[in-house]
Amino acid sequence: MSELPTVEDVADGCLLLSHRLTQWVGDAPTMEEDVALGNIALDLLGQSRGLLSLLGDEDQLAYFRDADEFHNPAICATPNGDFAKTMLRQLFVDCWLELVWHTFSEQEDDGVRGVAAKAVKENAYHRRHSRAWVVRLGDGTEESRRRTLLALEELWPLTADIAVPGWRESVTEALVEATVPVPAAAEPDPAALAGAVDARRELLAEMQSLARAHPGATW
Amino acid sequence: MLERFDAHVAAEGKVESDSWMPDAYRKTLVRQISQHAHSEIIGMQPEGNWLTRAPSLRRKAILLAKVQDEAGHGLYLYAAAETLGTSRDDMVDALLAGTAKYSSIFNYPTPTWADIGAIGWLVDGAAIMNQVPLCRCSYGPYARAMKRICKEESFHQRQGFDILVTLCRGTDAQRAMAQDALDRWWWPSLMMFGPHDTDSPHSEQSMRWRIKRFSNDELRQRFVDVTAPQAAFLGLRIPDDELAYDEDTGHWRFGEPDWEEFRRVLSGDGPCNIERIERRTRAHADGAWVREAAEAYAAKHSETTAA
Amino acid sequence: MALWEVFVRARGGLHHAHVGSVHAADPEMALENARDVFTRRGEAASLWVVPSGAIVASDPADSAELFEPAMDKEFRHPTYYEVPDGVANL
Repeated sequence: MSELPTVEDVADGCLLLSHRLTQWVGDAPTMEEDVALGNIALDLLGQSRGLLSLLGDEDQLAYFRDADEFHNPAICATPNGDFAKTMLRQLFVDCWLELVWHTFSEQEDDGVRGVAAKAVKENAYHRRHSRAWVVRLGDGTEESRRRTLLALEELWPLTADIAVPGWRESVTEALVEATVPVPAAAEPDPAALAGAVDARRELLAEMQSLARAHPGATW
Repeated sequence: MLERFDAHVAAEGKVESDSWMPDAYRKTLVRQISQHAHSEIIGMQPEGNWLTRAPSLRRKAILLAKVQDEAGHGLYLYAAAETLGTSRDDMVDALLAGTAKYSSIFNYPTPTWADIGAIGWLVDGAAIMNQVPLCRCSYGPYARAMKRICKEESFHQRQGFDILVTLCRGTDAQRAMAQDALDRWWWPSLMMFGPHDTDSPHSEQSMRWRIKRFSNDELRQRFVDVTAPQAAFLGLRIPDDELAYDEDTGHWRFGEPDWEEFRRVLSGDGPCNIERIERRTRAHADGAWVREAAEAYAAKHSETTAA
Repeated sequence: MALWEVFVRARGGLHHAHVGSVHAADPEMALENARDVFTRRGEAASLWVVPSGAIVASDPADSAELFEPAMDKEFRHPTYYEVPDGVANL
């Protein structure tokens, strides 16, 4: 993918990443972070809903498509892991979305431009938050650094399909400040991608379970 | 000093963090405010349970906002309690050690989506009834926190009722889900107002100090009066054979809660007590390395020294 | 984590008001935490966070000497002065 994504790619990416963050709510390292992660999850959900409703019925698309009909970047479906992995994943996706929303805000379609206009501001705040945490964890204690490097190893192979032009520079800036070495550009990794596909299937099985148990019902 | 304090409070004067106050007043407030804070934080769990399975994106967004609010409420309340000389760390330690209490309503499980509706309608409804009077509590920081909380809480109740309206107008299965949730949440919600006034030893002192403004039984009656018509609107049956409107008094008569169950759940023997604390303990423990890292980074890089 | 006091100036408001406190390890975290906890409903146009220890507060024991002397200088208030009938714009 490292070309710019379609509306569907972004809608699905935001939906799944939002879902991952909601899995943290109540379990975050501080209560303030419960509120912060909740905020980011809510914003991403809103962005997804904005785009999905341009494509059709948002709930039909979210709850009644099968897993292999989703078009998210792999990294958006990957499990949370620890807080280091969650924040690094967030940084990577936030930097991708910055470039994506910028492009979408120049698109011809009014609807897409409208979603992008709001999203740009939300994204700026998310980036600020994830960047600050990656820096704290990369340059904090030995333990946090160890976990950050492990997270990098796990996540980097999944960045091949979000490494759009400008992404690497953006991410490098943050990683350098976090005193974390920046790897060479990632090549697509079939094993990592397969893992992300499995993770997505599991995620959607839970997410869609109630809606699918009552097809046609209104909630 | 005590006489002046009592007179000041009786005249609806406010007490601030730097005012003189009797030890018992301070202790009672720390206990009450921190219990309230713990309740908000623990309360995130039974509802958060359905975040990942919310059946529409709109409901998901609403529930996320609600659970976020609850974390925020916990934070406002811990902050208010800290003005009385205790620390967040101490309060959290007490919660995890089991020496601090939280509202036992949150020790019940949420097996269905309709429970989310019932919690908003009944539990938040009861909470609002308890909380609105506290906006005029004598202790300034607590009163101000309560004003903020009350403003946010009314959306919580409305979204719960809204969920149930939709269910009750939906399929047979959805209607049955709603009735089942009401069957399970009704009595625990009544117990949220505490034991009968006659069994409530602290109440009188708390009322004199304007920390508590109405009695348990008064609030419970008000809740039933307000909620019974709402259940009728939903077409749901409140699980109380003795529930009946009394034309003479203008109030609803209702049956006796099972106080034995109340005592059991309060003392730790409810369905989810252990799970609630374990989860909180795990979150706190798992987060230690993160908090340490943040402190270490700040120490390495600070120009501004925090207190 | 250290305690920070939070002050918010509302949209259309004239001054920052104290709204509560947050815990945070550093200034950026304090600002973000305050934003997340206190401004979810569009309350704010500006946010200050101050380490609690940096605040210098008046001692209640000194209230008499600090604040009572101001109470008996009515001539500082416009209502002290009688404006004669027929005089406008005063």
